[in-house]
Amino acid sequence: MKNTLKQLSIFIENKSGTLIKVLELFSKAKIQIIASTIADTQDYGIYRVLCSAPCEAYTILKEHGINVQLTDVLAIAIEDEPGHAALAISALSQAEVNILYMYSFLWKGRGVLVMRTDESDKALEVIAENDMDLLNEDNFII
Amino acid sequence: MKKILPNDNNPFFDEKMETMTRAQIEALQLERLQATVQHCMNSPFYRKRFEEAGLKPEDIKTLDDIRRIPFTTKQDLRDTYPFGMASVPLRECTRLHSSSGTTGTPTVILHTQKDLEEWAAQVARNLWMVGLRPDDVFQNSSGYGMFTGGLGFQYGAERLGMLTIPAAAGNSIRQIKFITDFGTTALHAVPSYVTRLYEVMQSMGVDPRRDTKLKVLAIGAEPHSEEQRRRIEEMMGVKAYNSFGMSEMCGPGVGFECQEQNGLHFWEDYYIVEIVDPETLEPVPDGEVGELVLTSLCREAMPLLRYRTRDLTRVLGRTCPCGRNHVRIDRMRGRSDDMMVLRGVNIFPIQIEKILMTFPELASNYLITLTTDEDNDNMTVEVELEELFTDDYRRLQNLTNRIQRALKDEILLTPHVKLLPKGSLPVSEGKAVRVVDKRTVYQ
Ligand SMILES: [Zn+2]
Repeated sequence: MKNTLKQLSIFIENKSGTLIKVLELFSKAKIQIIASTIADTQDYGIYRVLCSAPCEAYTILKEHGINVQLTDVLAIAIEDEPGHAALAISALSQAEVNILYMYSFLWKGRGVLVMRTDESDKALEVIAENDMDLLNEDNFII
Repeated sequence: MKKILPNDNNPFFDEKMETMTRAQIEALQLERLQATVQHCMNSPFYRKRFEEAGLKPEDIKTLDDIRRIPFTTKQDLRDTYPFGMASVPLRECTRLHSSSGTTGTPTVILHTQKDLEEWAAQVARNLWMVGLRPDDVFQNSSGYGMFTGGLGFQYGAERLGMLTIPAAAGNSIRQIKFITDFGTTALHAVPSYVTRLYEVMQSMGVDPRRDTKLKVLAIGAEPHSEEQRRRIEEMMGVKAYNSFGMSEMCGPGVGFECQEQNGLHFWEDYYIVEIVDPETLEPVPDGEVGELVLTSLCREAMPLLRYRTRDLTRVLGRTCPCGRNHVRIDRMRGRSDDMMVLRGVNIFPIQIEKILMTFPELASNYLITLTTDEDNDNMTVEVELEELFTDDYRRLQNLTNRIQRALKDEILLTPHVKLLPKGSLPVSEGKAVRVVDKRTVYQ
């Protein structure tokens, strides 16, 4: 069983209109976005996307000359109740796993935490030890 | 009318002219200089110039006497616009090229039929020198019209007997289709456009090594660094030769690299080459950078004497393993008018380009913008990311920091470095715009 998810990381200029170009490509190819987030600096942003067909989306974006990377991320399901995210994060931080970034969304009534860590093997150990519910692409079939 | 060509295995197009000894070159130059000066007396402009300087054509007795002749500048061409510098009646002229005149009056260059034939022969000599023969297919992806890179290479390539495709600039997909369909073996384009073509090839799944017959690129018209040339050669899998020309001296063909790729041979049977200090206008020794000054020796319609090109370069040598003793001139360092003065520091765009080329993470395009903030000059260098190699901000920030430090070491001030996605910067299909000066007070 796969234990990671493929996320697209797209480099965009911090300027109006640049995101539309990317979104139109997704829509044309009928690729559905499951969750996405933008983090930006003064000059540029990284648009991170979980979608229905990441490898296909990667090829399409690449063909259109867009700076894109396929990144493996971890996704954990948590109960949609206060305190559950904190439990998951504290288990990781006690094991000294650094989280490079994280975002969350709701999927079928449950919360999903998506993260990239500096040591994914160690993170996976912590997740297994704490009996956390690790998700993979099969959980996101639309 | 069939023109006689050398045998394919002869390395020289015009063996007699190309293989002259230095003494032979200088003797021919003196003879041609004297004739040109005499001929210039038909031009109202030069007649007046000589009178004002108290100089007679007979005073030119040696090659060194050229230094008694006053310089000709771009401003002189503007002042005599359109026909004040012609040395023949207009009815003897068959072509006119005009520069756009972005900063004022345009300029005009006239050609007789013989001028055009000589020009074509110069270009053919260059293309022959880098190994092109009548079996080759030459695609000219340069602007046509008034830009001399178009017709100049067209007639030169035809003179050599190649199948010549006037593809002109733009429409990259069609250009690539021509290259693959017609079996193009040689391409002429400005360097930034070659890079653009390569990017479009990649997106079309065309591999220049596998899917094309390209073997030679002629690149010129915009200053570029050795690093950029090597990068272009690496991308396209061919040799790229540097070409120098300017409309005032006819156009492309004035100078071209031989297969040694160690400086451009400037054809001294056609031109006298001087390198002078742009401030004092005194000659500088070989090896030292100064302004290139050219005198045409074969032109009928509009010969120019000691024309200040504003291009900065140096003499590399006067001999070459290729057997040609025509002076070798270094690639252009930029133009004396491209020089930016920032907080009292002189900077050329080519210095910045040289540094950027050392970062494999970056694509080739870049843009320098100068602004004024609180009475201070500031420079922003916008660069494009070749591949997104990480999705970690810290690593991207680390890259911009390294670029910034490397630039500071070169230009002695710290620019703002702005990282952009590939394809964000405008791509010009002619000469690339590298510097935008938005400063409120120009220096
Ligand atoms: Zn040579």
